Amino acid sequence: MDWLLALIQAVLFVLLAPLFSGWLKWVKCLLQNRRPPPLWQPYRDLRKLFGKRPVVADTASWLFPATPYVVFGAAALSAAIVPFFAVNLPTAAIADMIVLVGFFALSRFFLTLAGLDVGTAFGGMGSSRDMTIASLAEPAMLMAIFTLALTASTTNISVAIDYLLDSGFALRPSFLFALGGLLLVAVAETGRIPIDNPATHLELTMIHEAMILEYSGRHLALIEWAGQIRLMLYGVLIANIFLPWGLAREFTPEALGVGLAAIGVKLGVLAAVLALAETSVAKMRLFRVQEFLGFAYLLALLGMLSHIILEV
Amino acid sequence: MNAVPSSNLKAQDRLASCLLSLGTAGFAALKSAGSTLGPALLCVIPSENWAGAAELAAAGDCRWAAGWADEQGGAAIVHALLEKAGDYLLLRTQLPPGCNELASQTPYFPGAARPERHARDLFGLDFLGHPDSRRWVRHQAWDERSFPLRENFPLSGHPQPLTPPDRHYAFASARGDEVNEIPVGPVHAGIIEPGHFRFLAVGETVLNLEERLGYVHKGIEKLAVGRDPESLARLAGRISGDTTVGHAWAACQAMERASGIEPPPRALWLRAIFAERERVANHLNDIGMICNDTAFAFGYYQFSRLRELWLRDNLRWFGHRLLMDRVVPGGVAADLTAEAAAAMPAAIASLKRELDELKPILDSGPIFQDRVVAAGILPESTARALGCLGYVGRASGIDWDLREQSPYAPYDRLEVHAAVRGEGDVAARLYLRYAEVYASLNLIEACLGRIDDGPIRAGWHPPAESAESLGLVEGWRGEITAYVRFDGKGRIARFYPRDPSVFNWPALEKLILGNIVPDFPLCNKSVNGSYSGQDL
Repeated sequence: MDWLLALIQAVLFVLLAPLFSGWLKWVKCLLQNRRPPPLWQPYRDLRKLFGKRPVVADTASWLFPATPYVVFGAAALSAAIVPFFAVNLPTAAIADMIVLVGFFALSRFFLTLAGLDVGTAFGGMGSSRDMTIASLAEPAMLMAIFTLALTASTTNISVAIDYLLDSGFALRPSFLFALGGLLLVAVAETGRIPIDNPATHLELTMIHEAMILEYSGRHLALIEWAGQIRLMLYGVLIANIFLPWGLAREFTPEALGVGLAAIGVKLGVLAAVLALAETSVAKMRLFRVQEFLGFAYLLALLGMLSHIILEV
Repeated sequence: MNAVPSSNLKAQDRLASCLLSLGTAGFAALKSAGSTLGPALLCVIPSENWAGAAELAAAGDCRWAAGWADEQGGAAIVHALLEKAGDYLLLRTQLPPGCNELASQTPYFPGAARPERHARDLFGLDFLGHPDSRRWVRHQAWDERSFPLRENFPLSGHPQPLTPPDRHYAFASARGDEVNEIPVGPVHAGIIEPGHFRFLAVGETVLNLEERLGYVHKGIEKLAVGRDPESLARLAGRISGDTTVGHAWAACQAMERASGIEPPPRALWLRAIFAERERVANHLNDIGMICNDTAFAFGYYQFSRLRELWLRDNLRWFGHRLLMDRVVPGGVAADLTAEAAAAMPAAIASLKRELDELKPILDSGPIFQDRVVAAGILPESTARALGCLGYVGRASGIDWDLREQSPYAPYDRLEVHAAVRGEGDVAARLYLRYAEVYASLNLIEACLGRIDDGPIRAGWHPPAESAESLGLVEGWRGEITAYVRFDGKGRIARFYPRDPSVFNWPALEKLILGNIVPDFPLCNKSVNGSYSGQDL
């Protein structure tokens, strides 16, 4: 029964990820005085792309067509180990935060190689930029996660969240710092403004989009979908670690319903905040990114220090 | 003028006397002596003095404003338009029949490089001493030995079922493991015109940029041959869609001067209103696009909205969003109705109010300011060497605006103060546009206040045989020149429009140096050259 619920949670996560992107787009459109597309537009786009035959360059090796499956697989597995609307599910016991970061790294590893694989200038450029960002973002992310791990004395996300729910509401300075750090990392890792612009058509400014420029058809659909899952993963992580209230701890229909509604509201608000930020801020110069992520690392580090100094 | 080469002093021809006085008095002192061609003084010189004239003119701080070739009775004629202190001098030389060689002026005026390559590709002229022997506007659409602008080349051309790809163009290259070559275009991801950019980059830093244009060569010059004035004005309005008023006005001005027709005063006021409305619309668009290239969505949508409202007013009051075909030979085709005259001041006031509100938002965005300030700096010396025009030149400190320095009707009755800045970066070009929008709005108000009643179009009568003239108009991108020569039947024998982009495109290759690759779209948009206007 628990396993079935875990499976349902993972599948729901994957299926709802495009809706989250659709909602984000919808809010952004409203903020920009535009008429928004329907909320389910990302599903239509995915269906369209799945219906198209992918075009693969002559110069591509096996890596290029394999990457979309690896990337999507990693994203789907990450979705399975993050508590979405219920904690203490059996999947959560299998893997911890380090594994989650490892999944992110795995899909990035394949994406950057695939960007280089075809040999176009844009792919290489995107891969090089993405690696620059990753090398700065991953330490900051780990540092933020370790702050949580130290507080809860575990690296298991589900157990940590359970601990936080047990200890009740407490304003921890370490968490505020870590939240700040993780928010900045999330913006960088999901390719949002001010680091990257997911909506741009300017090839020379692209980071993530430059890597996947050569993808088409169902390959592109898988990568896009994986990107949507990753965006929601960060949203769920931030929402459930820092505001865990509402998560289902018993597997009764009422508790699960409340859990689902709670995460829906949290994600909805988070997306609105992101949309507001993306509309009102310009994209940074590429060489300001290290300052941005350096600041993220500093915040995360401060979080850990304040935990050690104030909370132990 | 101190350094006068002795060979030219000995020549003692008209050229020497003309040019010797350039350094002190400009061309105005010579007006009594020479014949004029439109507003320019005409100076016909022997072909062996072509390079020497350029050397003298360069030493006398003249600007090389345009250059084109022509053919009459099998003999090639080459023109170079020079400007100094608001006066124009048209140099002309005729090559002996059968001779296709002429010294290049590029060594003295770097801006002449592409116009001379253009003339070489289309006329088969060989410019001796030209530093660049590669083709320019010629891709593979016609064979190596035919030259489309020659009189014996048929108007219909020699259409091929499929134009072969333009391979083997020798781009500048660099060796070394660190250098990365990035080809971009000609087809871009956005809905813009086609053009190829070849970057050499070390890491993200641009080592060299080379433009390869000519993908939208439409054969404007050949298409003009044999047209009547009405139809030439329509063609000129389609040289570059965003400059339809500017080019149509320049062509009409040239034709009117050639046949001695004076457009009625009301038509001139209306032309100024159209030109300023075009300037406002394009500047609003550019400001929005610069915001978009920094991913500043708020700015992009706000300025796009303002431009859209402005264009809808154009449609409502004058019948066309871009005011295409509103400028016609002898006057204008759309009158200002009482209703439009009453509504326009309110629209202007509302636009000003919104611009007042938006400016602090642009100013106070730290990331936005970080992107535009000190990005893509074009030094004044480079801008002058290339002959940069319009906002590109003025942002780099070149105080040149035809409407102010060499005013044509009706600007001779208006007070124009062109904004000038010295920084030469993206921010300077952005804020210069901002200032120009306000200035144009004030000019429209001034025009509305002084517009005369009366007819809007003068009758047309054909000019004398082989009458020729020049049109000079400050379009929104900068100074536009148009050369028109008629045949014996009142039809066009030669038309050469020179868009300001001809001199602003090369500036992009220079201002990007040392910047990083992802800043190129922003720098490019701040220059915003017309592909179509330069390719012709």
